[in-house]
Amino acid sequence: MKEKSPRELLEPRDLLAIYRDMVRIREFEESCPKLYSQGKMGGFLHLYSGQEAVGVGVAHAMHREDYMVSAYREHGLIMAKGAEPKYVMAELFGKATGVSRGKGGSMHMFDADLRFMGGYGIVGGHLPLAVGVGYAILYRESDEVVVCLFGDGATNQGVFHEAMNMAALYRVPVVFVCENNGYGIGTSVVRASSLDQLYKKSCAYETPGLKVDGMDVLAVYEAVRQAVHKARSGEGPTYIEAITYRFRGHSISDPGTYRSEQEKKIWQERDPIPNFAAFLVQAGHFTKQELAAVDGEEQELIKAAIRFAEESPDPDPEELWTDLYVE
Amino acid sequence: MAEITCREALNQALREEMERDSSIFILGEDVGLYEGSFKVTKGLLAKFGEKRVLDTPIAEAGIVGLACGAAMAGLRPIAELMTVNFAIVAMDQIFNHVAVASYMFGGQVRVPLTIRAPGGAGHQLGAQHSHSLEALFAHCPGLRVVVPSVPADAKGLLKSAIRSDDPVLFLEHEGLYGVKGEVPEGEHLVPLGRADIKRSGRDVTLVTLSRMVYVCLEAAEQLAKEGIDAEVVDLRGLNPLDMTTVLASLRKTRRAVTVEESWLSFGWGGEIVARIMEQGFDDLDAPVLRVGGADVPMPYNKHLEKSAIPDAARVAARVMELF
Repeated sequence: MKEKSPRELLEPRDLLAIYRDMVRIREFEESCPKLYSQGKMGGFLHLYSGQEAVGVGVAHAMHREDYMVSAYREHGLIMAKGAEPKYVMAELFGKATGVSRGKGGSMHMFDADLRFMGGYGIVGGHLPLAVGVGYAILYRESDEVVVCLFGDGATNQGVFHEAMNMAALYRVPVVFVCENNGYGIGTSVVRASSLDQLYKKSCAYETPGLKVDGMDVLAVYEAVRQAVHKARSGEGPTYIEAITYRFRGHSISDPGTYRSEQEKKIWQERDPIPNFAAFLVQAGHFTKQELAAVDGEEQELIKAAIRFAEESPDPDPEELWTDLYVE
Repeated sequence: MAEITCREALNQALREEMERDSSIFILGEDVGLYEGSFKVTKGLLAKFGEKRVLDTPIAEAGIVGLACGAAMAGLRPIAELMTVNFAIVAMDQIFNHVAVASYMFGGQVRVPLTIRAPGGAGHQLGAQHSHSLEALFAHCPGLRVVVPSVPADAKGLLKSAIRSDDPVLFLEHEGLYGVKGEVPEGEHLVPLGRADIKRSGRDVTLVTLSRMVYVCLEAAEQLAKEGIDAEVVDLRGLNPLDMTTVLASLRKTRRAVTVEESWLSFGWGGEIVARIMEQGFDDLDAPVLRVGGADVPMPYNKHLEKSAIPDAARVAARVMELF
């Protein structure tokens, strides 16, 4: 029997959930620059706008008890994994109600209950951690999977290779997802990596590598679903390169002048959200009005999240000394 | 009580803890089939199998990172690094991941990881295999730093380190693996963060740890001939740091010298001196002095190497300056 395509596998309610998650992340991220300029948040702020199809496609291809580990552009990822926007926003505000209780900030979000095992600010540094989480799964002989997301820049770090090697060596149930948005800060992939077809990097580790359109949420979903299934069946790691684009600069302080207007326009036309909306309408799943209603609900949700963050307390001064040691 | 070597004491601790808790596993370069570069993991692969005694590639950042992730996911890994110099290869993992995860994520996760690493000079291994880096790790909040000197402590402290829910750097001296001493069998725990008085005395406090404990004991014998009765305080670790014992000793002796094998500049001896100034100044009859290793990369030549490390004569001479 021919395997079903994601369009057949996913029920309309799943498709709507995917749409809703992407809209939520976009609304959340696009609300941030204004709040940042008002001084409500500090630090770096790496926004996810443009890359939603990757995070949401990944998250929908996983089970709730599967683990996710990621880098520093992770607001969208933790929300795709299930975190409520208000707790994510509160973390950006540095509040006690934040997902890391105000101690992590934009780059270091964590949710133990959701098995979101952190955002990390050292490029590539979290890849061996993901392999370790996967080793713990093997050790306990349970059937969870860990999905590790990272940017194109991470593939030039030494630990990328150490992690790929060890994951394949021990057949760890990990799915590596490289979000190739074309730039490591301001340096394009072709100027940073001797091999710019990043998915081919896995061939040194006998790990299947494949490229997927990171602007097509269902394409990401399908690639990750298959990789997760393989990992869960004991077939070891898969490495997926999702080709995507960030609509904003590397971080809030980066105007992104190293990219041409023409290049940005080409990618804007590939915006994963309106394109997915057009598909949902054309396929007859939902009307434009139904989708507009979702947009409105998500806008309200983000407004409420901002209110929650504003009204939340700062951490108690004593919190400076907590959480460092157990004994 | 049986008399065994430090190496056997450490092996006993690993074996007993692995028998007690199935979430403990060991990983590192050559820890399994080869039974450890210094044979500390001897017999463990045969007893516990390769899932629990995992041979790794030579990839220190990968080893520590894997161990950190496994610890965050609920296991209790013991990572062996072949020497403490190689820990520097994994320093990003140790400082930026292992040490900070618990705090950075608001206490939602713990990293009950023990990193064992041999170090220290004395075998003509040159500048890339000979250093004592305990001060480096003690500088970083979030890491426990444990440094045993005698076999009984080696066993008791390692068991406590493994049971600790904090990440622990457990630093062993290569020159002590063969040292013998009486070690209690079975359950023998030495709590972390409690110094031990290895020789009691009235006239001067020698604050030290690791192999320098033996150098200080030898110096104390020499000083005894001069009529000076030295107390030797073995810190047994730097974090937690037991200043209570140091200050109590100081109240008795009123003089102190710190003795460390590692580089003197910016080393832990300076930290002890500063704390004595802050907390025990009124008890001092003389300035606190320091003895430490030469501030040079460890030379290969036998005579140069020897002169780079404090010996009993140097310690005794430094102490004599106080009287």
